[in-house]
Amino acid sequence: MNSIDKQLAAAPRNQLYLGTIAIILAALFVWSMTAVSFNQIDQNSLKIAKNIVHGLTHPDTELLFNVSKQSVLYLLLETVAIAFLGTVVGAVLAVPLAFLAASNIVPKPLSWLTRLLLIIIRTVPALVYGLMLIRVTGPGAFAGVLTVGITSIGMLAKLYVDAIEELDTRVLESMTSVGCTTFEKIRFGIIPQLMSTFLSVMIYRFDMNMREASILGLVGAGGIGAPLIFAMRSYKWDQVGSILIGLVVLILMIEFFSNKIRAKLVRG
Amino acid sequence: MFDKLFPPKKMMLPGGKIVLQKRSRTPLVVLILAVCTVLSAQFTNFSFPVLFDRIHEFFTIINKMIPPDWGSLSGIWSPLLDTIKMSLLGSIIGAWIALPVAVAASSNIVQSRIVIIISKALLSLLRTLPTLVSALIATFVFGLGSMAGTVAIMLFTISYVGKLLYEQIENVDMGAFEAMESLGMTRLEAFRFAVLPQVLPGYISTSLYCFEGNVRYAAILGLVGAGGIGLLINEGLGWRDYPAVGMIILVLIVTVYAIERVSEHFRKKLI
Repeated sequence: MNSIDKQLAAAPRNQLYLGTIAIILAALFVWSMTAVSFNQIDQNSLKIAKNIVHGLTHPDTELLFNVSKQSVLYLLLETVAIAFLGTVVGAVLAVPLAFLAASNIVPKPLSWLTRLLLIIIRTVPALVYGLMLIRVTGPGAFAGVLTVGITSIGMLAKLYVDAIEELDTRVLESMTSVGCTTFEKIRFGIIPQLMSTFLSVMIYRFDMNMREASILGLVGAGGIGAPLIFAMRSYKWDQVGSILIGLVVLILMIEFFSNKIRAKLVRG
Repeated sequence: MFDKLFPPKKMMLPGGKIVLQKRSRTPLVVLILAVCTVLSAQFTNFSFPVLFDRIHEFFTIINKMIPPDWGSLSGIWSPLLDTIKMSLLGSIIGAWIALPVAVAASSNIVQSRIVIIISKALLSLLRTLPTLVSALIATFVFGLGSMAGTVAIMLFTISYVGKLLYEQIENVDMGAFEAMESLGMTRLEAFRFAVLPQVLPGYISTSLYCFEGNVRYAAILGLVGAGGIGLLINEGLGWRDYPAVGMIILVLIVTVYAIERVSEHFRKKLI
């Protein structure tokens, strides 16, 4: 038996473990197959699919490029505004929550409670907030802003907390030793450490909020979602095509720029 | 450009040397952000008076949700299981399809530029399409029900797992791959034995993470008729039956939390 064979024999054997997981996965897969049925697909759905593809490839250019209040450009601008303001609202609200959830700043039970609150905020679907907030502000973009803001809190605060817990406390200690005041410690010791991470997280969330804001129209909270669903419900696939093209181009552009800026922020 | 408008500050060091300190860009960035905020606020009719005047409505609704209506629990199980099934099936199939697409999109494995560009464009197109929109389109093709939701989740999973996977494959250490090729293995064999073992833990972990997120997404797909628990939420809010909605949300939070815990356990083991 040479050394290679020995090495092979020495390799850990966890076939039982892997096998069990594979069987569980296969069972789950079969179980979840019961959710779908193919009997609703018929000649008609093929025709609809063909119409959709045709509409998407022959968009309504009139809708795409005119400058009235129903045009795609105006609606996209509204969507960006909702996403932007929503991110700002969420980012502001998330800061105190993040400090309350950081275990190196507040006592353990309090941080645990705040974390629980954040999990609850994060799990409630955005559209539910949308439907609830419409009762507050009435339908329109304002409800969208608040919805985006509240849904952003969960993720923003979670990522803020990670940054806060990684704070380098040695910097603060050395500042104390040279006699800095509390304000100076916050201004020159804490803010520079946190700012770039916070900004980068915010930009990332703005990127995600664009997607969020584009569907809020489905419940009447402003943005491009409402015209999109109306066009779909009335089978105007060319209009759907022009809206989707506008949306996809905008989201890709924002993603490109946000990646650029974030790369710059990370490198300093 | 910026440096020309606001020339850098000159400073004389004690040794007589002159150094330039670039002006901080922070005021400019703050100004731009402030202008954007004000413009967006006007555009969306954001108003604090309305907010402070009527925000109590929001908390009234939340108050009505507590305590939740335990009686409605029996009707929730079946749609909840449907939601989990949809996201599970969509994630499994999507993750499988993502593998070949990601391989076709990675520039160090595939040599044809056209294939790479097409696959990458396909992945980013799928990724920008909001899940709810693809679910809506799917309801027109596959009819109302969980089939449409499954398809929508599958498409999202392909795009998400596919993107992260091809980034991993492109960053893989190619030494082993080249060594195996030089020993006379085909590219496919070399990929199987040199690249796959390197990316497999990351791939499975990404798929699990995507599944976690998909459970959340699946919960709202019912709002557009694509099956699952979203339909119940929509009905409950429509009828203003807030205790029932509270129950659904409570069940959803527990489910999502449990799934996250299990998946986090396995993801930690993988890496």
